[in-house]
Amino acid sequence: MARSVCAKSVFELWGHGRTHSDLRSSLMNYPREEMSLFMSRDSTYKIDVYTFNKTLLFSDRIKRIDAMDYLPFEGAVSLKNPQHIFTLIEDYGTDPNNIPEDPNYIYFGRWIADGQRELIRSHSVKNRHFIGNTSMDAGLSFIMANHAKVQENDLVFDPFVGTGSLLVACSHFGAYVCGTDIEYNTIHGKGRSSRKNQKWRGPDENIRANLRQYGTEKTYVDVMVSDASKPVWRTGALFDAIVTDPPYGIRESTRRTGSHKDITKPPDAVYTDSHVPVSQAYHLSDIFTDLLNFSAHRLVTGGRLVYWLPVYRPEYCEEMVPSHPCLRLLSNCEQMLSSHTARRLITMEKIKDPEELDSLSHLADPRFSPYQGHNAFREKYFSGLNKRSCKEDAKSDVGGK
Amino acid sequence: MKLLTHNMLTSHVKGVTKGYPLLIKATEVKLNEVEFNPQFVSRMIPKLEWAALVQAAEELGHRQDLPGELVTDYEKNEDFLKKVHTVLLEVEVIEGCLQCPESGREFPISRGIPNMLLNEDEV
Repeated sequence: MARSVCAKSVFELWGHGRTHSDLRSSLMNYPREEMSLFMSRDSTYKIDVYTFNKTLLFSDRIKRIDAMDYLPFEGAVSLKNPQHIFTLIEDYGTDPNNIPEDPNYIYFGRWIADGQRELIRSHSVKNRHFIGNTSMDAGLSFIMANHAKVQENDLVFDPFVGTGSLLVACSHFGAYVCGTDIEYNTIHGKGRSSRKNQKWRGPDENIRANLRQYGTEKTYVDVMVSDASKPVWRTGALFDAIVTDPPYGIRESTRRTGSHKDITKPPDAVYTDSHVPVSQAYHLSDIFTDLLNFSAHRLVTGGRLVYWLPVYRPEYCEEMVPSHPCLRLLSNCEQMLSSHTARRLITMEKIKDPEELDSLSHLADPRFSPYQGHNAFREKYFSGLNKRSCKEDAKSDVGGK
Repeated sequence: MKLLTHNMLTSHVKGVTKGYPLLIKATEVKLNEVEFNPQFVSRMIPKLEWAALVQAAEELGHRQDLPGELVTDYEKNEDFLKKVHTVLLEVEVIEGCLQCPESGREFPISRGIPNMLLNEDEV
């Protein structure tokens, strides 16, 4: 529970039933010795009442607490600092427009622990110093850090770091973090703001400032401007985890340095400092081939790669998920973005070091990769929208001058 | 740029075979205070190229009397770990460049951030 942002709380279940009288029968069957451990004369306790999908009047809450007096409570009530908390939970369904008079189901138990859902609020991107158009929200960032089993004192890398949302989550769990991105302005925290009421980014808007905001600046190692398709790291198993959200080609472009045109160098063969390297399309399937290959070489054995894979739902099949002989697929979870698009959270674990043969594996050849069709992800994503906007343009042409 | 990162970087200029370690030409170096975490330092030491670390620290004038060779049984040696901690995480190159030892190609560092992008003809 010290890690989960999915689980709200954990209780030791003592009894349950459809009605309060069923609950009472159920509780009578729970071993008394197990109950009295937490109800001794010198202990303190309180009883909480949670009603899901219904608001109870305070007086009704008190009535329910009083109705539990058939249990052998011997300790003293302490609302401020009880040693034990007992919870009555009533489930009124999931439809806020159709709340039943009586609960669908009732549970009673002893509270054990809360999860970390508070992090979703405390680390919300809404209040973060530095954000971008595609910054990962706090909840998903923490889920990714958990999928990667990020531990204290790990070294974690994000090759498409953007504004560092994933690093923020990993650093919260004590990992030391570093990242690269091809976009100079994002890494340096310059350029146009992603916030509605702000035109330009301020001086304290960068990845380091985000870690500072949450008190984890000591885990900031470095960020660099770099092309993920041309890694700059020496050989060796350097990283405990690689956690990343590569571009899908929709809201951030997929690109890498290089040009299709004939290259003519400037006469003195020296680029000025302001030269921005020409970029070419980075086909989506290549991004994942490179990412898996990089991970196989640079992760420690047992280390994990966690990333999002955009898919076109009508054509998706499991065989499309990129594979690599040194990485074992652990999980594949879909998040729908629209009726025809989704992204899948992929988790892989490095099971062995790459050998010569692995790098020659035909699986790395994009022509054989079933994911190859996703190079057209951008076109498919917009195909529905294009039809609509063509109609709208036609209308406005007629209406306008 | 911290020396932990520098220790793991290599030149990826096309055709270069001896691109490690990159030479550091710093015009501005800062010494920050970073909370000492002996466990993290101990974990990083086996991943490091020790000679390259000492050389880099020397280049920046922050060698901190690090020995030329890694001592054995360093996990319990707090003084040693503290020195390694300073060199890895507290010394920061703010302005300058990294230079490929084979081709001479320079990668600028500005505001503490290295720019490792190659130009289109070098790719």
